[in-house]
This record gives sequence, structure tokens and C-alpha cells, in this order.
Amino acid sequence: MNFLSVFDVIGPNMIGPSSSHTAGAVSMALLARKMCPASVDRVTFTLYGSFARTYRGHGTDRALLGGILGFATDDPRIRDSFLLAKQAGLKYTFVVDTETATDHPNTVDMEILCADGYRLSVRGVSVGGGRVKIVRINQIDVEFTGEYSTLIVRQTDKPGVVAHITQCLSNYNVNIAFMRLFREEKGAAAYTVVESDEPIPDSILEEIKGNPYVHELMLIQI
Amino acid sequence: MDFKSGKELQELCEKKGQPISEVMRQRELCGGALSPAQIEEKLDRVLEIMRASAHGPLTEPRRSMGGLIGGEAKLVHDHGASPANVTGGILSKAIAYSMGVLEVNASMGLIVAAPTAGSSGVVPGALLAVAEEKGLSDGTLKKGLLNAGAIGYLLMRNASVSGAEAGCQAEVGSASAMATSALVEMMGGTPGMCLHGAALALSNLLGLVCDPIAGLVEAPCQSRNTVGVANAVTCAELALSGVTSLIPFDEMAEAMYQVGTCLPAKLRETAMGGAAATPTGCALCRGGKQESDGIFAYVKRKAGEEP
Repeated sequence: MNFLSVFDVIGPNMIGPSSSHTAGAVSMALLARKMCPASVDRVTFTLYGSFARTYRGHGTDRALLGGILGFATDDPRIRDSFLLAKQAGLKYTFVVDTETATDHPNTVDMEILCADGYRLSVRGVSVGGGRVKIVRINQIDVEFTGEYSTLIVRQTDKPGVVAHITQCLSNYNVNIAFMRLFREEKGAAAYTVVESDEPIPDSILEEIKGNPYVHELMLIQI
Repeated sequence: MDFKSGKELQELCEKKGQPISEVMRQRELCGGALSPAQIEEKLDRVLEIMRASAHGPLTEPRRSMGGLIGGEAKLVHDHGASPANVTGGILSKAIAYSMGVLEVNASMGLIVAAPTAGSSGVVPGALLAVAEEKGLSDGTLKKGLLNAGAIGYLLMRNASVSGAEAGCQAEVGSASAMATSALVEMMGGTPGMCLHGAALALSNLLGLVCDPIAGLVEAPCQSRNTVGVANAVTCAELALSGVTSLIPFDEMAEAMYQVGTCLPAKLRETAMGGAAATPTGCALCRGGKQESDGIFAYVKRKAGEEP
């Protein structure tokens, strides 16, 4: 069991009204924003399950938009995120899907288009108490929480790629807390997700890119 | 250094000759990543947010996002000055504060979840009202927060603080037990008295269901928080008087959890039972009071259709 701090009990400090439907929504969208290489130009959120039914009274829509704008869960600007998105030129659409069944009741899909034309699709679930998981990136099922520094590598599923990644991490003396490979089918697109207790240096990215089967890197620092 | 039960906590307190707050501070220093100065800083920030969220709505009422509540804290506060005020002093103030925090929470303001957002009014309501009326310092209040944190930690660890898992008894009931124990220490009671008070508080709210109207953290959550506060003030008074709980805290926590597992899903935050399932509750659920933003269009999609 992880250490429960007194500030996990008397806390978190958060914008209400709901840890799962508001604070969790901010966290998921903030993670998606951190995965983008450039500023976000437009975003489509699709809400499922309990999110789809109760988003308005819980401010889930404002919270998601606030996360894309870069706000943390205790940022009072979340309440005004519609207006602030408009001012920032961020275009957004909400799709309320009450029909499709998902594995978890609090699920959101985020289709993001960045200013440089980069596209990213992320699925997040809010699992309770403000804790979240990213469970899909660009149609591939993954799993990470964003509670650690996280390196995400998009690669072709070929021998030696994971060895290359761990060698680079070792060169930079990064201690791996968790590491997993996610793929759809053998030899096709895959993601390696590495989570570390300490910050992962940005300079490691160039070295990892040196492998021809590594296509893209995302780094989320805590 | 750690403790896994109320019994172990009390033994540690007695062995070291320290109050619960100090043992909890030591535990945080041993197991957590914070320095003593960072702990103080974070406690100061918690107090600041609690004060702002308890006091703000007394003069600046705000309508909730779901539109079911707003302005109740001011009504109760203003009534405190009326000759028809029934509760008086501490209780009048404490219930107004607890309603205020829920109003801030429901209108997307900043609160401290203690232990949850839905029960966030109980600890600040009880602690701030008693501190103000008794002239207690911020130092004493921060000890109260650490003490409440110890009780909340034990309930998170050994029972539940989730309405979806164990009903409102796990949220407002837990918050009430936390506030009780904190008040007992703040008023000079022993660790043993704190745990007796917390056990009494849990037992008084045993079985309380979670039935949010329209699935929102608004009603009956807001008035339930006032019950949590009143129960805390009452149980602290009992414990400080020397009244004891026949059932020890650890057994009461387990009983609360067991009752939670017996509650049907309808009464665990699904908005399908209790007040939420009444004809009026259902009518409110259909969106009669929800405001429209008018800024953008929401699209409704059918199964299998691509965006």
C-alpha cells in the first residue's frame, strides 16, 4: 500500500464539486495537453457513461477544457474556462454519448488537433478520488496514471527497440519504476510506457530517437 | 513509525506522551516526502482555503452549477442574529460554515476535500466555529487538522470514505468522526477521549445513505454536512465530559464498513434511491433547473456513429 499522507486525507485542495467528475477531468485533459508537442488548436471531447449524464452539474466540461488550457486541479480559472478558451482561440466541441458502453463509467475521449497539424487521440478514465488513468493513445490500449514522470515511445514492434530504450535510460541513470509495452499486433505500431520516480531528462529524447524503429516520443514530467 | 489502528495510535500516544496530532506529524515526517516547514506551509494553505470557503458565501452567495442549492449559508448566518435563533453560538456558526463550503464546492470554487468533496463542510465548519468562539489560535487549529487527518487516514485504510462504496456514513460519517476527534484534542482532551468521541460519531451516523439528487454534490449533501457538524460538536462534548463509547473505534470503523457493504447499490451514490428517487427528486433530475451556457452546441450521438 502506498503511503497515505495527511494531505491525501485533508486534501486535495480542489475546484469542486466532484473529485472524480471535476478534479479527475482536469487531470486527464492536462495529461493530454502535456502529450502534445505544440499548442492545442482544437479539441473534441466525447463523454461516456456517468460523465455523459451528469457533466453539466459537475462542471466536467469546464474542467476538461481547463485541463487543455493547462490549469491544475486547484486553479480557480477552471470555472471560466469557456471564456478563457475563446480568448485563447482554442476551438472545442463536446459530444455527449449516452449510448455507447465503456469499461469504466467515467470515460472521455479527447481528439486533439495541434497548431502544427499534429493529431492525437487520447482516452482517459477517472477512477475515483481524483485519480485517473490514460487507457488509450491513437487506438492502442495503454495504461498509465501520470503520477510519475512518464516517457511514452511510439515505435514499430521490432526486436531490440525496448533494449535500446532501457540502455538510454541507464546511460542517464534514470531509475525505472514501471515499464510496459503495449501493441495491437506483432510487428505493427506499439507504445512503450516508462514511469520513473524522478524527473526524466529532456536530453534523453534525442538519444532514444537514434533507433530507426522509434517514431515519436512524449515526455510528461511531474 | 506508523500505526495501523486506533489502538496502535493510542498506544503510541501514551508511550510517547504526545497528542494524536504530534504522532500524526511524526508519521508524516517518517513516511512522507515533506520537511517540517513544508508541512506547516501546507497546513497554513489548507486553513486559508477552509476559511475562504466557509466565510465567503455568508456575504456572497453563489448559485450551484446544477442549480439545486445556493444562498443557504447566508440565510442561516443571518438568522443567527435573530431572536428566533434556536441553536445559538457555536452550532449556528458551524452549520452556516459547513453549508457555505458545500455552496463553494457546488459552484466550482476552491475547497479542501476532507476527506471528500461531498463531506468537505464538516471539518472546517466544526473546527473554525469552535476556534473562533473559544478564541483558539491557528496553531491549535493546525493540530486539529493533523488529528482529523489521523482519524481520516485510519478510516481510509481500514474502512471507506467513499459514498459509492459505503454510502454517506463513509463520507459525512467519517468527516464527523474526524472533526469530533480534532475538537476533543483542541479543547484539551486525551487521545483516548478523541477515539471514544470518534467512535460515538461513527455510530450515530451508521447507515446514512448516499442519495444525491440528479447525481449532483448538492442536495441532500449540503444539509447532511450540517448534521455531520452537529454530531461532531455533540460527540466532542460527550467525550470531553468523560462519556465513553462501549464499542472501541476500530470495531466501529469495521462496523461502518460492513454496513456499507450491506447497502444496496441504489443507496450508494447512483442517484437511484432515497431522496433522488422521489417524484420531486426525479423531476429535478430531468434537468428542470439546469442553466444553459449558450456558448456552444452539444451534439448527441448514437451508438457506433463516428464523430
